[in-house]
Amino acid sequence: MSNDEYEKALLAKLPEYREKLLSLRERILADVVMVGEIPSPTFEEEKVVQFICNRFTEEGLDQISIDEVTNATGLLPGTEGKHNILVAAHTDRIWQNGIDHTVTVTSESLIGPGIADNALGVTALTTLPTLLKVLGVELKSNLILLGASRSMGRGDLEGLRFFTENAKLPFGAAVCVEGIQLGRLSYSSLGMNRCEIQVITPEKHDWESWSLTGAITALTQIVQRILAIETPQVPKTSIILGSINSGTSFNLPPTQATLRFEVRSEEPGMVTRIREQIEEILEQNIAENGIHATMEILARRRPGSIGFSHPYVRSAREILKALDIKPQVAPSTSELSVLLDKDIPSLTLGLTEGDNKHKLDEAIRIKPMFSGLAQLIATLQCIDNQFEDE
Amino acid sequence: MSNIEKWLESNTFHHGEFWDLLELVKMKEKKDLKISLCIPTLNEEKTIGKEIVIFKSELMDRYPLIDEIAVIDSGSTDKTRETAAAFGADVYLSSEILPSEGFKRGKGENLWKAIYQLEGDIICYVDADIKNIHPRFATGLIAPLIQRDQMQYVKAFYDRPLAFSQGVRPSGGGRVTEILVRPLFSLFFPELTSLIQPLSGEYAVRREVLESIPFPIGYGVETSHIIDVYMKYGLDAFGQTDLDQRVHRNQSTLDLGKMAFGILQSFLNRMEAYDLVDKLPEMSNIFRQFQAEGNRYEQVLKEIIEEERPPMIEIAEYREKFGLKKPKK
Repeated sequence: MSNDEYEKALLAKLPEYREKLLSLRERILADVVMVGEIPSPTFEEEKVVQFICNRFTEEGLDQISIDEVTNATGLLPGTEGKHNILVAAHTDRIWQNGIDHTVTVTSESLIGPGIADNALGVTALTTLPTLLKVLGVELKSNLILLGASRSMGRGDLEGLRFFTENAKLPFGAAVCVEGIQLGRLSYSSLGMNRCEIQVITPEKHDWESWSLTGAITALTQIVQRILAIETPQVPKTSIILGSINSGTSFNLPPTQATLRFEVRSEEPGMVTRIREQIEEILEQNIAENGIHATMEILARRRPGSIGFSHPYVRSAREILKALDIKPQVAPSTSELSVLLDKDIPSLTLGLTEGDNKHKLDEAIRIKPMFSGLAQLIATLQCIDNQFEDE
Repeated sequence: MSNIEKWLESNTFHHGEFWDLLELVKMKEKKDLKISLCIPTLNEEKTIGKEIVIFKSELMDRYPLIDEIAVIDSGSTDKTRETAAAFGADVYLSSEILPSEGFKRGKGENLWKAIYQLEGDIICYVDADIKNIHPRFATGLIAPLIQRDQMQYVKAFYDRPLAFSQGVRPSGGGRVTEILVRPLFSLFFPELTSLIQPLSGEYAVRREVLESIPFPIGYGVETSHIIDVYMKYGLDAFGQTDLDQRVHRNQSTLDLGKMAFGILQSFLNRMEAYDLVDKLPEMSNIFRQFQAEGNRYEQVLKEIIEEERPPMIEIAEYREKFGLKKPKK
């Protein structure tokens, strides 16, 4: 069967996939709930990783292990085993241990912190062997299932980075899964610098002569100058100001202020140029205002892409179309960049619709989840089938 | 070793002992047991969906330990019944079960009607308001009944605080248990003080036991059960399992007062039923509380003697000082 015929037959089966997956609803939802209720802040993913490995053991996977950076891995052998496909979901979430991780289940949705990012993604890993079994899908290639730790914020993708550098089995393709949004199709990664600026003003500052009232004012001047930096629309470039922290009261000028931001661009070299401009702004403010300021770069990504017309992207688009889902093509700054950096053709997919990302009432809808999982499996089948042609 | 100490050693479990669900399913099938899970509800839409999903996935689909999951509802006005049914539970309105017996509003009513409606040789009751639901809330209670034929009634208790500074820590039940039930049991049924949380809403029981005891329909149902099972089968019929943490809504002191009132009524009813009201057994002076060290539980006995002084007016020196006559008897 030609590749096109194979895909055509596969697309016709998608409604049936969705129906059959629906019969596993409680199995899938139970894993989302259990994963979601285990706190898993970056660098403290041990408990979730243990849960993943227990599930891998129940599913009878091979080579189940937890590595030195707390990645969970398991291998689902293919019928031929000549190639390996990596399926990765990050195991860490933005929420700390102390907060209430209780998940609420209604008949339409699941609600709880981190349920979309990324308890559902992790569930795709823990349930994938059962899903394939129920659909009667046997892949020729081995699947390497990876719960990747230390992904977000200061984790800076350490888990996946470690895995790609040290994996004993070479893999020819990778799919990253995120809980939301269904339709997301990322095949490129942005160049990115994740930075933190800290401004410290002396306790006994001579405010009158400098017309500054504390670290907030000093930081605001810096922010104003950053906002004046011109960023081109094409290639897409942006400076995202993510958080500002400073001060404790109404009337006491703070001596410290922190700004967290990311510079992103599709164009190689652009991020570095903008970052250098920001460093200059910092120098200028230090000199003008007598403050102390530092900038730390917490994470760097290089831009990369497999291109819109890559066979994987084309197949993924066809699958979404067949499921009546509009593809949302967007570059990624997460896992994908590590993989593309290593020249591994990779995609990131979303599994369902959801709201309130990164809020305590983060929510995912149940019904679209089955389309999302059908999409994931069909995409893996297409990749598996294309290996012979490459 | 006292009977209580022996019982604590042999009949107190931790849910972790029953991790091997596959083995448990095999034993259940070999013994040809049917097991029902019953969740009594009244307006529990926030937590019911999750309970059903977790129990169905883990204990029906993945490991077929439970044969039916039934929600018995007192007439919720929220989406409790709809949500439970959406995830595959059998949902019943308490008022529609055994209509010839009428309908009374109360949790005990639902538990009682479950015996008629459900098929299991073992019925496991789990409250619907548990926020941190997990399969252990059922397996920890069902497993001892599957493994030990002589065991009849297994109760949950919740302990293991997330952090404690010393080796030995106080341990026990909720406020009503410690203030009302434990003192009552210490006075009249000292052996029953071995139950760390006699009022917990999670327990698994054999049908033969359930069908032969009365059911108060309100707050007193657990206390009444414990006394009846104890009088009929003795302490060895009980087991108790540590299910770690249980997160649920906290009740106000006023609500606890109502609960205590109901329990006291049931307790005195049982005393009456066993013809004990005017023949009170000799009251014990020993009050029994708990402490725990790791997973080991032991009772702490304290002798509390409530001695009594006569009215002052009966004391000769007092009357003399204030020039009073001896009161007439």
